[in-house]
Amino acid sequence: MAHELPYIAAIEEAIREEMERDESVLYFGQNIATHENDPFLKQFGSDRVRVTPISETAEIGMAVGTAIAGYRPVVELYMAEFMLVAMDQVVNEANRFHYMSAGQVKVPLVLKAGYGFTAGWAGQHTGTIYGMFMGVPGLKVAVPATAADAKGLMTTAIRDDNPVAYFHHYLLTLEHGDAPDGEYAVPFGEAAVRREGTDVTIVAIGWCVDRALAAAEQLAAAGVSAEVIDPRTLAPLDTATILGSVAKTGRLVVVDQSTRHGSAAAVIAAEVASEGFDSLQAPVKLVTALDATIPYSKPMEDYLLPDEAKIVAAAQQALGSAPVTA
Amino acid sequence: MGDSAGTLDGDAGLGLLRAMWRIRVFEERVGALTRANEVHGLVHLSVGQEGVAAGVCGQLRPDDAVYSGHRAHGHALAKGAPPGPVLAELMGRDGGLCRGLGGSMHLVDREHGLLGATGVVGGNVPLALGSALARRLLGGDQVAVVFFGDGAVQGGIFVETVNLATLWRLPVILVCENNGFAEFTPRSAHTNVERVSDVVAPYGLERETVDGNDVVAVRDTFARFLAAARAGGGPALLECLTHRLRGHYEGDPQQYRDALAAEEWQELDPILRLQRRGAAEGWLDEDVPARLEGEARDEVEAAERFARESPFPPASVTSEFVYAE
Repeated sequence: MAHELPYIAAIEEAIREEMERDESVLYFGQNIATHENDPFLKQFGSDRVRVTPISETAEIGMAVGTAIAGYRPVVELYMAEFMLVAMDQVVNEANRFHYMSAGQVKVPLVLKAGYGFTAGWAGQHTGTIYGMFMGVPGLKVAVPATAADAKGLMTTAIRDDNPVAYFHHYLLTLEHGDAPDGEYAVPFGEAAVRREGTDVTIVAIGWCVDRALAAAEQLAAAGVSAEVIDPRTLAPLDTATILGSVAKTGRLVVVDQSTRHGSAAAVIAAEVASEGFDSLQAPVKLVTALDATIPYSKPMEDYLLPDEAKIVAAAQQALGSAPVTA
Repeated sequence: MGDSAGTLDGDAGLGLLRAMWRIRVFEERVGALTRANEVHGLVHLSVGQEGVAAGVCGQLRPDDAVYSGHRAHGHALAKGAPPGPVLAELMGRDGGLCRGLGGSMHLVDREHGLLGATGVVGGNVPLALGSALARRLLGGDQVAVVFFGDGAVQGGIFVETVNLATLWRLPVILVCENNGFAEFTPRSAHTNVERVSDVVAPYGLERETVDGNDVVAVRDTFARFLAAARAGGGPALLECLTHRLRGHYEGDPQQYRDALAAEEWQELDPILRLQRRGAAEGWLDEDVPARLEGEARDEVEAAERFARESPFPPASVTSEFVYAE
């Protein structure tokens, strides 16, 4: 059985269910549990649910130490950019301890980070920065696009014995979707084929998945069959599903809200160029944001970001076909 | 500085002396092996600072958590890590504590409670909060101890940690080895605050600055903080004023400081100081120092044999530990 709920509620449902199931799951964060009616605080108490000062480095460092000691902390970071304040802990401590100790210690930690709040939040709260963490050894990266995955990937993140950066998109916060009742875990490293098609593969990440599905509708109206793939996790990355799709379609468009250079889109394109070159019948097209800071003004924000029309145009270029009229 | 007024019985004195000799002889051998290119990586020795490791770690149990930094050999040995696997790690062998994946700056010996050592100054400090919080949640009387140098204190991470430790009254003891130099720069070029214990004054935690070359002073002050933390008390800061006899790293030309005169060092050396004290107090026979040094030498010889007999790790180890399964 499934139930309909907003994306953000699906995340909270997973955290709550895991906290009910496993006493070692803790919840830290800024601005959580600040009043006695906070539902997490009421249910789990102030030992396990703790508000922290605006001290990201100590907050995440403490969580790393708590994880080494056998707990499973979930750290609420609100904005993904706040993680950058504590970069040493995220990409140079948490992720390396298991490796550098030859497996003597583990760091089961979830860093819950909201990203991409392109709603006039300007340059420092809107970044799509998951790509920065994709090549960090030992760190896993989850990017849910639906309410069901928001729940299932959070459950898996909490149960994973490694640090996981879990990126949820702020513009999806109140988007409703169906999520399975009760325990629900989505395995890491398994992409979801959101729409099957035969002419062009569109790999879309996070918030871009819905844009890609809308673009695929437009393309279908013009007689083009697009396959839409949502990787769901970037580390590990399910390259096999992407390569299998490209083997079928011969054409690839990658859609990513982040800046283009050093992006997850660029990594996926490189994997396909390296491992699937023989399948390609056209150059890989990337639909990303411009390599610029997100501007404040609404028209400029729209200009800079990927959208349905840009995805359709990229697919047409890959197919070498005439423009589709919307 | 004079020796602390604390009383010392002969057994305790010999225990501290033995612990310091073990570290001294081990690290001098590491220095020689580094110069011979048998230890091939970056190595930081704590020669001269042994009083802190011995005075602190000698009182801890294996279930007490210790975090250290880039200058960790002494802490590891004093916490109980076996010298063979420690030296094998430094020599990059499969029999090393971390199978050659960590090296000198990242010694971990979970069995003996050495949970982590970081090469980024200050990066280890908040990790100890996690162990302390875990103990708070579980009950029990374990403590968490983190070693760091005075160079870490000017980083925001230090104050963030002190703030959280005191706010939540966590059983963590912050041990600062203030050797007067942050890597290659004297403390005076980094801050106007001379004493680290003054930096933390507004937070209201127990704090004290001791002569870190007086192992008895280190031991006695730490014992007080430890007893309080075991009994459920909050955090404490122990600042140990000490001296790094060797460079920041092995091979450091040390252009930033004058060499210490030999007679000055005779005064400072924590081993010689404890031996003079033992002789004066009558618990140290004349032949004992040479015997302790000899025992330490035998131990390091055995450790070196162990390390040399251990093969280099197979290539498969390189990717085996990226993720915990």
